[in-house]
Amino acid sequence: MSTSTIHDIGYRHYEGRRSGRAYVLRSLYVHNLRAAFGLGRPARAKIMPFLVAALMLLPAIGSVAAFAVTDQEDALIRYASYANIMQVIVAIFLATQAPVLASREIRFHVIPLYFSRPVGHLDFVLAKAAALATALFALMAVPVTVLYIGGLVAKAPDSGEQLLRYLGALVGCVLYALVLSAIGMVVAAFTPRRGFGVAAVIAVFMLSTAFVGAVQGIAEANTNFTLQGWIGLGTPFNLVDIVQVRLLGARSSSPGIAPGVAGGVVALAECAVIVVGSVAVLYRRFRKAGLS
Amino acid sequence: MNATIAMITFRAMLGRRRALLLLGLPLVMLVLAVVLRATGNDDLDVSTEVLQKVALAALLPLLALIAGTGVIGPEIDDGQIMYVLTKPIPRQVVVLTKLAVAIVLVTAFAVVPTLLAGLVLTGTTAGLTPAFTVGVLVGGVAYSAVFVALAVMSRNAVTIGLLYALVWESLLGSFAPGAKQASIQQWAMSVTDKLTSASPVESTVSLPVAITLLVAVTVVGTFLAAFRLRSLTVASAE
Repeated sequence: MSTSTIHDIGYRHYEGRRSGRAYVLRSLYVHNLRAAFGLGRPARAKIMPFLVAALMLLPAIGSVAAFAVTDQEDALIRYASYANIMQVIVAIFLATQAPVLASREIRFHVIPLYFSRPVGHLDFVLAKAAALATALFALMAVPVTVLYIGGLVAKAPDSGEQLLRYLGALVGCVLYALVLSAIGMVVAAFTPRRGFGVAAVIAVFMLSTAFVGAVQGIAEANTNFTLQGWIGLGTPFNLVDIVQVRLLGARSSSPGIAPGVAGGVVALAECAVIVVGSVAVLYRRFRKAGLS
Repeated sequence: MNATIAMITFRAMLGRRRALLLLGLPLVMLVLAVVLRATGNDDLDVSTEVLQKVALAALLPLLALIAGTGVIGPEIDDGQIMYVLTKPIPRQVVVLTKLAVAIVLVTAFAVVPTLLAGLVLTGTTAGLTPAFTVGVLVGGVAYSAVFVALAVMSRNAVTIGLLYALVWESLLGSFAPGAKQASIQQWAMSVTDKLTSASPVESTVSLPVAITLLVAVTVVGTFLAAFRLRSLTVASAE
């Protein structure tokens, strides 16, 4: 047969300004951040994230109220401990929303549609991870801020000290958000079937907590506090808490804290490995999903 | 019971990586049990702690949630359930079959590993191992019925189940004693408590109440699932 050619049938070319990579990143980020709270989706997708966020806020409000009435400093939950105390709620939010961001598009095989446009693989992954991390940060930072402002209004002593602790807790929240979203996204990206992603993410958290908790309990009974501290690196919440205690000067709210500054540095390094590793794994995962 | 539906459901639950998820959970517990045994930390207190906190409070609700919602939830979501519902099979048979599959899965991946972990840890001392095995089994049946019903009724079944299992049973249970009365975990503990002479096992619910509630929850869950499936409206996927 004859050689085929593509004819120019006269469509007009686009010669205006291209919005560029930053615009792509921003659009993906905003879209995913909205999706993380179910905004722009039907009402039933909004129920769970907002219900969980409300649950997250309740103890903070209660604590501020108790502080205002009794005027005892113990009544105000420590800022840096809040995320750790409420870790079940945080884990449930992560488990329900990580699959929304990481597995829906894989499930419906629409990833190639993204990559048929000028969207880089890395940009795509970074925007998703950043969006989930931002959502988690908001989930944890809002109650902490409520605690801080409540404390200010109710006149907690040492306002300078309080501000310092509040800022330290915010840094901790950023770290929590990064580590948790990294783990949640990877697990969710590999379990695209509906419902399984949620269960898989929560399973990682519950089992690591149960396993580490059992070992810590036994180590404590044998007065082996070194093991009790180091094994804490095995669960995400305890891991970040080690960084908070050793490097940010918070008070411990976990059963075991690795000793010395070295413990904090090791924990911080592990956080970095988790985050970078997760981006690398997600990059490969989405690039492969984009080929089909 | 319908063998074909059971087959299809088993294949959906165990196909590809999903079996790994189901298998990985009990494996962690078994590894823990072996490590504890190897390091000599296998007295009655520790064994009770592991069997209660890991097997009954973490592994069982998780697996029952995965199995209970997994057998029917995804099919309803993507509309494949229509291919089953348009066959001349009574809806209650569909629900019973799915429930039976869920119970078999929970037995295989939670009850048997509990038995194995118990045997590794204590052998048959004080009847602890059989007691926990039976407790996990009756708890598993009740959990499965509840979660199958949830999956038929709501698209957020997994999250609601998580909130129940983690927030209601674990968190509120440790603050507000009243919440313990309405907790499948505590009812299962009550059965376990009756069957073992080991003193570290304590329950807060009396046995007759626990058994009545377990049976009631299972029956009501099954009926509710069958009833809701009769008038299921199938929407498009998301």
